[in-house]
Amino acid sequence: MDRVKDLASKKAAVIFTKSSCCMCHSIKQLFYELGASPAVHELDNDSYGREMEWALRGMGCNPSVPAVFIGGKFVGSSKDIISLHVDGSLKQLLMDARAIWF
Amino acid sequence: MGSRTRVVGVEDDRGAERGMPSFNSEWPVSNAGYTERQTIDSFCVSDFGAFDQSYRIADAVDLSRNSVYNSVKVSSQTISPVSVHISSLGQLPASLEKSPLTNQTELHRLRLQKGQSSNSGTTVVGNTDNQEESAMADASPRTDISTDVDTDDKNQLYDRNLSIVAVSDSSDRSKDKSDQKTLRRLAQNREAARKSRLKKKAYVQQLESSRLKLTQLEQELQRARQQGIFISSSGDQAHTLSGNGAMQFDAEYARWLEEQNRQTNELRAAVNSHASDTELRMIVDGILAHYDEIFRLKGVAAKADVFHLLSGMWKTPAERCFLWLGGFRSSELLKLLVSQLEPLTEQQLMGITNLQQSSQQAEDALSQGMEALQQSLAETLSTGAPASSGSSGNVANYMGQMAMAMGKLGTLEGFIRQADNLRQQTLQQMHRILTTRQSARALLAIHDYFSRLRALSSLWLARPRD
Repeated sequence: MDRVKDLASKKAAVIFTKSSCCMCHSIKQLFYELGASPAVHELDNDSYGREMEWALRGMGCNPSVPAVFIGGKFVGSSKDIISLHVDGSLKQLLMDARAIWF
Repeated sequence: MGSRTRVVGVEDDRGAERGMPSFNSEWPVSNAGYTERQTIDSFCVSDFGAFDQSYRIADAVDLSRNSVYNSVKVSSQTISPVSVHISSLGQLPASLEKSPLTNQTELHRLRLQKGQSSNSGTTVVGNTDNQEESAMADASPRTDISTDVDTDDKNQLYDRNLSIVAVSDSSDRSKDKSDQKTLRRLAQNREAARKSRLKKKAYVQQLESSRLKLTQLEQELQRARQQGIFISSSGDQAHTLSGNGAMQFDAEYARWLEEQNRQTNELRAAVNSHASDTELRMIVDGILAHYDEIFRLKGVAAKADVFHLLSGMWKTPAERCFLWLGGFRSSELLKLLVSQLEPLTEQQLMGITNLQQSSQQAEDALSQGMEALQQSLAETLSTGAPASSGSSGNVANYMGQMAMAMGKLGTLEGFIRQADNLRQQTLQQMHRILTTRQSARALLAIHDYFSRLRALSSLWLARPRD
């Protein structure tokens, strides 16, 4: 849990993924398209991967990956990201966190 | 001469029954000897579907000609009437134009004429039979195949009868002209009868091929049902279908479409009658809630059978053309709507443009994720030792590969779910940006567009093909 929070606060946009997860790939692509350069942490390549996944699930993230944090705050999984993007809120969040400038 | 004796024999037979000829009694006669006739028999009895109609026509023509030539052999005095006979055959094209009905009336006149001549006994019977035969041929094309044989027989025997009659009349000059007319008419009548026969054969052939096609279609239907494609049958209600996710979804989708049609008609009526905003809002909210319903149903179906949704087989062909991750592309829909929604305020226009852009971006992201999935799946299945070696290590590899591939396939459901989520969010955001009246027009436009796609599919499926 601490590790998750720790990593999440290190950059404006942070995404927790797994290397095998293709939905994570989609969300990453979306962020790149928007001009954000998120920090990507692959849980299956992290020694604390299992605890982190457990912590993410505890936060209500289902499926556990992709898990998106903007400005250190937990935003949600792929469903939330898409919904926020459609109504324009995602861009606003990113701008507020200084992840993107326009 | 064999033919002469045969003629006599059949005449006796005919003399025995004056009414409707009984076909069974003719069979033994027709089976005796004459090779060409036997050929006809075997053709008729064997698989009719393989028939070549043109072959039959040639066959019939040859046979009638043969009978003429046979009768030529029979008597040497027969040159003039037989040549008349042949020339009457030569009139075939003209006679073919004549309808069988006119031939029958002529035949009737002929019979009356013939009734007056002395040696008309057999020919009258022949006439009657022939007329009845052609009448039957025209009226009831469903008579069995054996009648063709008999008609052939009768006409050949009839030909021979005629030529014999012609032979005996050749010495009588006064009757020559009327005989010529008679012969011509009889030839025309023969032609008409032959035409009817051919029509009957063609019809039966058509029936046979339709029957084959029907069994083929039934087999296809059976196969398709097994594969889970929904095909509604006439009495089959959707409620009885259970278990199979694809069929169940198709039934639910059909019901959903019906309800949507009803709601759209209601909305259209309200818009045209300039209903109040509150009333419009109620109907619009109902339609949006109905869209939520189909997305919910699709979610359930994605768990049961994700490939059915991805295949788009639950949609019509033209809709399938535009299929993206199991449904329509929101960005495309918005592009179509913008022109129809004018006038829009500055803010609205910006909102719709942004919405279009956002949905495009999300679509691209999901598409890229799908591509990554495909690539990953392909890699999973293509790596590993060749299948020929049978050591336990390879088997374990194989099973590991399969397990990994299974896991990847499982993520497809997530993609469909997010694609539907995108569609749902786009519709709702659109509704937020537009006024009630504009939303109403937009929903009508969307429904009309998909209706036209479905109509196009129907037209396409029903198009004439050579």
